[in-house]
Amino acid sequence: MGSSWAAMSRLLRRSGFGTTGAAVDTAMGAGPQAYVSTMLAADPNQDPGALATPVPTFTAIARPGKDATKDERQQVNQQYAAQAATLAQWWIRRMIAVDQPFGEKLTFAWHNHFATSFSKVRGAQLMAKQNATLRALGRGDFHTLALAMLTDAAMLRWLDGEQNTAGAANENLSREFMELFTLGHPTSSGGYTETDVREGARALTGWRIRDDGATYLNPRLHDSGSKTVLGVTGNLDQTGFCSAVLAAAWGPRYLATRWWGQLASDAAPASGVVDALTHAYGPQRSLTALFTALFTAPEFDQGAMVVNPVEWAIGAARALKVPATDKSVKQLAGVLRALGQLPFSPPNVSGWPSAQAWLSTASADLRLRAAAAIVNSGDVSAVTSASASSRLDVTAHLLGIATWSSSSAAALKPSIGTPAELVTLALNTPEYLTN
Amino acid sequence: MDTLTRRRFLIASGVAGGAALAAGASAVTWEQLHKQAAVAPLPSDSRILVVVTLYGGNDGLNTVIPYADPAYHSARPELAYSESDVLRLDSALGLNPAMTGLAKLWTSKQLAIVRGVGYPNPDHSHFRSMDIWQTASPAEPLNTGWIGRWLDATGDDPIRAVDVGSTLPPLVVGARCTAASLDVGKQSPLPASSAAAFTALAATSSGDTAPQRQVRESYAAERKVAATFDPVLDPSAPTSADEAPAASSAGGQNNLKGQLDLVGRCVKAGVPTRVYSVSLGGFDTHADEKSSQQAQLGSFDTAVSGFLTDMAADPRGRNVVLLAYTEFGRRVAANASQGTDHGTAGPVFVAGARVKGGFYGDQPSLTDLNAGDLKVTTDFRAIYAELAESVLGIDPGRVISGAPKPLGLLT
Repeated sequence: MGSSWAAMSRLLRRSGFGTTGAAVDTAMGAGPQAYVSTMLAADPNQDPGALATPVPTFTAIARPGKDATKDERQQVNQQYAAQAATLAQWWIRRMIAVDQPFGEKLTFAWHNHFATSFSKVRGAQLMAKQNATLRALGRGDFHTLALAMLTDAAMLRWLDGEQNTAGAANENLSREFMELFTLGHPTSSGGYTETDVREGARALTGWRIRDDGATYLNPRLHDSGSKTVLGVTGNLDQTGFCSAVLAAAWGPRYLATRWWGQLASDAAPASGVVDALTHAYGPQRSLTALFTALFTAPEFDQGAMVVNPVEWAIGAARALKVPATDKSVKQLAGVLRALGQLPFSPPNVSGWPSAQAWLSTASADLRLRAAAAIVNSGDVSAVTSASASSRLDVTAHLLGIATWSSSSAAALKPSIGTPAELVTLALNTPEYLTN
Repeated sequence: MDTLTRRRFLIASGVAGGAALAAGASAVTWEQLHKQAAVAPLPSDSRILVVVTLYGGNDGLNTVIPYADPAYHSARPELAYSESDVLRLDSALGLNPAMTGLAKLWTSKQLAIVRGVGYPNPDHSHFRSMDIWQTASPAEPLNTGWIGRWLDATGDDPIRAVDVGSTLPPLVVGARCTAASLDVGKQSPLPASSAAAFTALAATSSGDTAPQRQVRESYAAERKVAATFDPVLDPSAPTSADEAPAASSAGGQNNLKGQLDLVGRCVKAGVPTRVYSVSLGGFDTHADEKSSQQAQLGSFDTAVSGFLTDMAADPRGRNVVLLAYTEFGRRVAANASQGTDHGTAGPVFVAGARVKGGFYGDQPSLTDLNAGDLKVTTDFRAIYAELAESVLGIDPGRVISGAPKPLGLLT
């Protein structure tokens, strides 16, 4: 990674949600290496902003019985919807509140990796628990995290694991675990087979969810016969299955490639970059080592990516110090839903789209209107109090942008007299929308 | 006429003002605007393709139901529909009871059902299989969709194809061009100062990165899209912020009816768009399938049959051909959760006033299976190639490779 101001801004933006010139100035004092190791060492649960925004507690909602009336069913649906809104708004609040944004950014990226949605899970208790697990285990060893996801209540409900029974296996979790979470889709050069999927499903039979959200193995529903997954034969259970899958030689390369796409660049990494990240990850399956290698790779500076709606909207709210009132948080949730990235509601198990998919003509309109609303509840006094001739520079510094291109400067200039409009447009420049 | 001038024209004519829109956007058609604006509307005899993607892998055997086959009932006793449940098509097959609208289209010979559709070496991954359907490339991954390649081959204007939604599916992404997208909840045009800023931000700068160029291109495209579609905005449309996410682990949107209403307004207004893409999710029925699939098929049926009835009464609408497909069917046998796991071949629907109704392709056997899965009888590329040629008017070899001979779906 480079040591320039622009390189530091890039590092802060990719490891957080947007940034500010002031944050970049501060980080320049420590230097990029120290910044990366400090951010990876910080406990996200001890961040002052996290302590100020505790997770709400949720009680399980009784499912309507078979004879429930339409009204009773509707009432239950409303309870679920209210819980889902509360949890999404809590996370938005947390993302805005934290001092060091990396912990929440990483948790959000893991949420995208193990994408699970309210649309089927429904209970907020289960979604909140998965979120806490991702935050707690997201920088340890990958085996621990992956195994935790295989017996996670929200995941079991999402991918029909709780319906997976000896004698009639449900393949959903087994397949997506291999294809999306650990190994990547099989290619002509190798990968898992349909037989591995079916055998893996047998290993995962019998897991059920208790009313309080805890999961347990019901031995009567578990297939205890011999299975073979990726060449490993035995009476495999979830641990044996997880170990057999993670032992596949190409898994770490898939993981490194997917994380490069999440945090460094829209373009696929060169093979040498994947080598370096895989080497750092190593036999320990160390996620902290993987992320350190990623953020400090020489190629990190050559990457370029479209920022996703969460990075964009939360970044704007943080930079403009939008107060986390109920109204503004609800508004941000509405913005994220309209742009297609409401937390806890990914479109499918492969997570959100990326890159150019965020740049549709429909989203251009939606983003511009959303930016005006965010600016309206934010603080642009730094721009207002600056002289007209310095307002472009002050706006850039406010948003942590190193410099405006000639095209963007020309587009911003007509709005110099109207600070709110100027910042609204600045949030829609190619400089702010990519990184 | 450049986009900025056109924008001024729209404002000057009062169409872009909130009051005019509130009075009823459909009162002013794009064609009427065109008389003064000198930009051609779609010729009234142009055929229009509407692609409906059903995400999640719809269970074809409980959609076009082989009710008379004992093997169907024995493979999925709790999921099967009896002869008295189905909407009978012939002595062997019937539609799901939720599909009353399509049953009427069948009777009026405007619904073609292609049976046993798939591709060689079926893939059981939602994402890979959906990529195969959208790129029309079963053998190797491609980064262009078949509609995207049609865009690449036929010009520069992004409004030739429109996707309804805020994120673009691979279907409509080409190497050089991508489709425009419309937000079903957009109620009013952007203010003039914002519009001018987009035009300015669309100008390239020498140091642009690849993603920065993509942002600028999206602004140039947005200006063209606004100039074309703002006249058909619906000020009462529910905004996308109100919409609940789709209930599925495999993608797709809700509110197919709202999406098709928007398409219908565009078609009737004479907007120069040849391809529309819409979607519905919720078909990944691993568990408790019967009621959830029936509800989704009911939404599909109401939206599609309402849309086609509306289109049949409009001179341009009569040229609409609707294609509905999903990434795969499901396993013949039910699993233990009253659902079905990922399978292979399934039915494809092609419907509209220009369609020759009836069955095409052979119904796969329920007993001669491949590892529990139906054997594909009809290659999906045969359908695409025919639509490319007969609806989009292009040599199919330019967008679809390896297509078998056409099935003769259109009049």
